[in-house]
Amino acid sequence: MAGKTLFEKIWESHVVHEEPDGPALLYVDLHLVHEVTSAQAFEGLRLSGRTARRPELTVATVDHNVPTADRGAPIADDISRRQIEAMEQNATEFGLTFYGYRSPNQGIVHVIGPELGYTQPGKVIVCGDSHTSTHGAFGAFALGIGTSEVEHVLATQCLIQKKPKTMEVRVDGDLPQGVTAKDIILGIIGHIGVDGGVGYVIEYTGEAIRSLSMEGRMTVCNMSIEGGARAGMIAPDEKTFAYLKGRKYAPQGANWDEALAYWRTLATDADAAYDSVVKIDAATLAPHVTWGTNPGQVVPVTGSVPSPGEMTSPEEQAATERALTYMGLEGGTPIQDIAVDRVFLGSCTNARLEDLRAAAGIVHGKRVHPDVRAMVVPGSTLLKQKAESEGLNEVFQAAGFEWREAGCSMCLGMNPDILAPGERCASTSNRNFEGRQGKGGRTHLVSPQMAAAAAIAGRFVDVREW
Amino acid sequence: MEPFVKHSGKVAALDRVNVDTDQIIPKQFLKRIERTGYGPFAFFDWRYFEDGTTPNPDFELNDARYDGATILVTGRNFGCGSSREHAAWALKEYGFLAIIAPSFADIFANNAVENGMLTVVLPPDDVAELTRRAQTIDGYQITVDLANTTIQDNQGFTATFAVDPTVQHRLLHGLDAVGLTLQQEAAIAAFEERRPAWLTVS
Repeated sequence: MAGKTLFEKIWESHVVHEEPDGPALLYVDLHLVHEVTSAQAFEGLRLSGRTARRPELTVATVDHNVPTADRGAPIADDISRRQIEAMEQNATEFGLTFYGYRSPNQGIVHVIGPELGYTQPGKVIVCGDSHTSTHGAFGAFALGIGTSEVEHVLATQCLIQKKPKTMEVRVDGDLPQGVTAKDIILGIIGHIGVDGGVGYVIEYTGEAIRSLSMEGRMTVCNMSIEGGARAGMIAPDEKTFAYLKGRKYAPQGANWDEALAYWRTLATDADAAYDSVVKIDAATLAPHVTWGTNPGQVVPVTGSVPSPGEMTSPEEQAATERALTYMGLEGGTPIQDIAVDRVFLGSCTNARLEDLRAAAGIVHGKRVHPDVRAMVVPGSTLLKQKAESEGLNEVFQAAGFEWREAGCSMCLGMNPDILAPGERCASTSNRNFEGRQGKGGRTHLVSPQMAAAAAIAGRFVDVREW
Repeated sequence: MEPFVKHSGKVAALDRVNVDTDQIIPKQFLKRIERTGYGPFAFFDWRYFEDGTTPNPDFELNDARYDGATILVTGRNFGCGSSREHAAWALKEYGFLAIIAPSFADIFANNAVENGMLTVVLPPDDVAELTRRAQTIDGYQITVDLANTTIQDNQGFTATFAVDPTVQHRLLHGLDAVGLTLQQEAAIAAFEERRPAWLTVS
């Protein structure tokens, strides 16, 4: 009998019920909740007289909409404040664990899940947020869901899901100096396209993936959705177990031993087959910069903005033309000639301690370019404190960066952190869609190191020559 | 949820690929905690000029010929990006009951079903033909028949489409997913009995 993939093992162990040819009913081990996609779900429960079936498997926080300025002050925007208060009231009413606006455990939901040890190998993890794929870095099947599904999971602890196909994305070889996890995933999306993963769960394999830290693996899995994939995952290994051991909500004592024995069985079997395989040679990867309005519109920092005429299909030509107009760029412009107005170091993609350390290493002893406004928004309150204990805040502030409170911030610009129309931003986030960081704002996605270097230089530079 | 059985309506074409949910419903409208009231904000930044009130004539759906359209035909990977169900709520309130494209982002397609909105995947050539007809024939109408999984106009276009039988059943009868799942209470309880203790976290 053929072996099984990591995904198939998790899937099969979570099927509660299945009709022939129909979707499966999957059991959910961990349900993460935030303020923006949950209020209507709780209202649905109230209207139908239902309760949360397993509140102890549900963890809520506020991240998308929270201001990142002084936490002592009340939230100025009434509508935002109501949404944040509604999250707290709903968590209380339905008995959920909740890390509020001023909790020491508050942070971006995809940062705090792993940080507190909730995220574990083999789990089915859902959240009303597309970047839930982040948790796949631990060998979990983690996927974003809509608000009706949030209500469904609250009420039943199950999710109706059609079984996705499997895709292996194998990144072989050693990662060149100055090339990061962000560049791997931008390179992959550039290769497969923003819909290359639709209908698939991606498993990232190969030496370059194995060599990444857990933080780096989270960055890669985080952006699986930008390639259209249902989820992304990486087989758990000793790095995964070492990361989790001793975390507050990771299994302890005898439970740890039992969990570890199970986790060691999860990796894809040698004789398992994927529905699709993509191979990438790590040696060919360089620091990447997006030039357009989706994450697949990306080139190496040594490259130039493409012209519509270089595209093969009429639809791609039209999309390129539209993107260039929006971005205020001309085809043929070298990436390193593009000047930036803003730099955003943050988001569930790249605002972990390792990201902040790497960026601080670039800016240490230097000054932010006079034409640039740069900010750092740590992914969680806990990691912000850790960074401060290492003096990273001082490095950033001495260089002229703003050092802010934890949240999603300018990744999606729901809070006051937004771009003005026409402003150009080097951002460590995950989406460069039109208006994503503010109406008319122009986003270029890069690694933390590339963002930090752009802040100093005032334009994109090749961090390998920094 | 309202059932979707068979619908005849005017077709609007939005001939763009990778239309993301940030465009369908921009983030400034996600602060609301209600489930309704998003229709006026659908495609807001494309639909209006900077002032937020003057319609932008360059936006396809502002074409008066598409007034009252209930079927949207659009490019591949429609609904990509954010999981925000507000996108489905906004499109439904805007007036769309069915959306036809060569492909849809997975989360968006699920959200559409949860709101009784049908997403139909047709081959790119069929979508291109429907787009052409919508753009060139005034008041162009088609009939989407979910029971028989067909699409046709009265000018010779016919196509059949594939639909997951469970989705078809739910849409045809307007069934609530939570209610269906709760019928499996015994299976859920039995599954919970088998789960190892260490999986309970807090």
